[in-house]
Amino acid sequence: MARRRTDKFRWHRKHLLGLRDLSRQEIEHILDTAHGFEQISTRSIKKAPALRGKVVVNMFFEDSTRTRNSFTLAANRLSADVIEFTKKSSSVSKGETLIDTARNLEAMGIDIVVIRHNAGGAAKLLSRTINACVVNAGDGFNEHPTQALLDAYTIRRVRGSLEGLKVGIVGDIAHSRVARSNVWALTKLGAEVVLIGPPTLMPGKVEQLPVRVSYSLDDVIEELDVINMLRIQFERLGGNPFPSVREYSHFFGLTVDRMKRAKENITVMHPGPINRGLEIESEVADGPNSVILQQVANGLAVRMAVLFLVHQAAIEEQRGKV
Amino acid sequence: MDGIWNRMSETADILIRGGRVIDPANGVDKQADVLVADGQMVQIGSSISVPAQTVIDATDKLVVPGLIDLHVHFREPGDEEEETIASGSAAALAGGFTSVVCMPNTKPAIDEATRVEYIHRMGRQARKTFIYVMGSITQNRSGKELSEMGLMAQAGAVGFTDDGDGVQDTSVMLRALKYAKMLDTLLAQHAQDNSLAKNGVMNAGYNATTLGLPGIDPLAEELMLWRDIQLVRKTGTRYHAQHISTMGSVEIVRQAKAQGLPVTCEVTPHHLLLTDNAVVDYDTNFKVNPPLRTSKDIEALKEAIQEGIIDALATDHAPHLKSEKELEFLTAPFGIASLECALGLYVKALVEPGVIGWPELIAMMTHRPAGVVRITRGTIAEGDRADITIINPDIEYVIDADKFLSKSRNCPYNGWLAKSKVEHTILGGELRYSAQVNH
Repeated sequence: MARRRTDKFRWHRKHLLGLRDLSRQEIEHILDTAHGFEQISTRSIKKAPALRGKVVVNMFFEDSTRTRNSFTLAANRLSADVIEFTKKSSSVSKGETLIDTARNLEAMGIDIVVIRHNAGGAAKLLSRTINACVVNAGDGFNEHPTQALLDAYTIRRVRGSLEGLKVGIVGDIAHSRVARSNVWALTKLGAEVVLIGPPTLMPGKVEQLPVRVSYSLDDVIEELDVINMLRIQFERLGGNPFPSVREYSHFFGLTVDRMKRAKENITVMHPGPINRGLEIESEVADGPNSVILQQVANGLAVRMAVLFLVHQAAIEEQRGKV
Repeated sequence: MDGIWNRMSETADILIRGGRVIDPANGVDKQADVLVADGQMVQIGSSISVPAQTVIDATDKLVVPGLIDLHVHFREPGDEEEETIASGSAAALAGGFTSVVCMPNTKPAIDEATRVEYIHRMGRQARKTFIYVMGSITQNRSGKELSEMGLMAQAGAVGFTDDGDGVQDTSVMLRALKYAKMLDTLLAQHAQDNSLAKNGVMNAGYNATTLGLPGIDPLAEELMLWRDIQLVRKTGTRYHAQHISTMGSVEIVRQAKAQGLPVTCEVTPHHLLLTDNAVVDYDTNFKVNPPLRTSKDIEALKEAIQEGIIDALATDHAPHLKSEKELEFLTAPFGIASLECALGLYVKALVEPGVIGWPELIAMMTHRPAGVVRITRGTIAEGDRADITIINPDIEYVIDADKFLSKSRNCPYNGWLAKSKVEHTILGGELRYSAQVNH
């Protein structure tokens, strides 16, 4: 089903919590597996039986449209039953705790939990508590592994390989789980990552990450092979890390003007949803260098691969126990 | 040689034989017997042969003044499911503590005299350790209006703090210090500038970045501490920096002391033994405020201990329910329960690596903290109230939180190997605690 998969390698993780602890080989294995699933979407009957009779719960404690729909569709394509569980979590914990909620769902017999939560480490907490597989769909500003995997997948499809590419990630690095997961994935796959944004949007001790940091998009735009424009997440910003939207766009927006100075074949990415005219101008977002919609399409294949792999690992673990 | 007991010819209550008596306040560190009767130490000397109801063989053991902890949270009133004054007192006694100072961040806060009296009364009823209390500096710890510090001081409050939070407003803190000066009382501060610390849950640094958790910059502590010391320079009030955790704080206290300001400070076991590396698995038992810092900070704190700049080794015993600590790291409450293993932890942090010796350790757990809150405790001398802790310094044991007398189990040291254990605790002349002997 998958190309480039080595016979020796065996995936053994029943949870996908983040990419920080994954090896290059593991990440490549997910991408290879995703490649095999990609063609299912082109068939007339868009289903495979891998998760038939299994239950996937989408536990979303934060607003999400595209990630949740993508996971739902991925689970459906693998023939799983899907429970949608959405609940606004409050920072002060009132009512049922995450652990209690999960234990209750587990009592109904579930196989995979896909969780999005506003607290970093929520997916890890869940994985320690329940037997089902846990897939992190974004936890606080810790990690969003499937987003980074689909970004890596997209780059690999467009550029052949990540080895030696310079990838700029622009925007609110401090509060971005997408940025963190991307840093781990892309650097492991051989790319050089440049984080770009004002110091007020950089996390503490950023210099200790395996990246370059630049406070000026103009200084580095000419070097970049790939540019990933993060969404300014107004809901996560505390206070005003930059004076105004206008000033932010002026220094860090991907404008038609700036694109003129970039490499001709630069790949333009955005995890969505786009604030048009803020971090990216419409003409660029919809232009020939943009792969934003391909990212969305690839997200489906990547999530199918992840659901498939964690479930396989759970089956093997179960066999091992018997 | 003649103790006051010799004049009477009755049976004494307790005779502690052949231990190494360490009484740092009086510069004593020698092998001696201690005779206890009528709640007092009546004779200290060699080869006492007075008959006693209880004879404790303290050969190769340390006989020290009952330990004093300046910083505990016993959660009563308000959160009795986490801890009560009775359960906390039992835990204290098992940890070798005969005096503790309860923090006022209960529900409701200890912000008026009847509540001070309530804590004292519950302590007397528990009869397991001597309970002192600090009142809150501001009403309901809200940082705005001063509490009735004068009436609380008359009721026996040994100092004041809004612990859990620092007093944010500079003019309120200045007013409190001026007023406290009139009362000749102590203001203690949990130094943390909330405008900088915000919703942080761990030390700001690389680990916070990779874990995606909001950080608390060391500056949040240091800025408030520095501010307070400038205010103390103006008012001359006795000021106590609670649980200092950073290299910068050490430097600020060092300077203040060098300038002769009436400033004291305490540390906790966790800020000497654990760093923010411990948080990497989002284990909420390592969530504490001030947060676990870095090895550099630990080194600075140990250096300060060696220099004598740290006055007290406290615990900040902060019990919480398992269900609360099972929450997301972002949401779970701050705190570590460590009263019952604190001595072993301090030995591990300070005595085993040779930072200080036993007499210095005991000083920082007895008469020096007593001096901070001006209580007449923490010494071993004839005529003193008999609060005595007997320690086996050679025994090794595994810390088992499930066996805690505390109601809570939020102890990150569970399973650690500790050396030296409290074997007996004598409170007011009564043998109130003896450890199970493990072979």
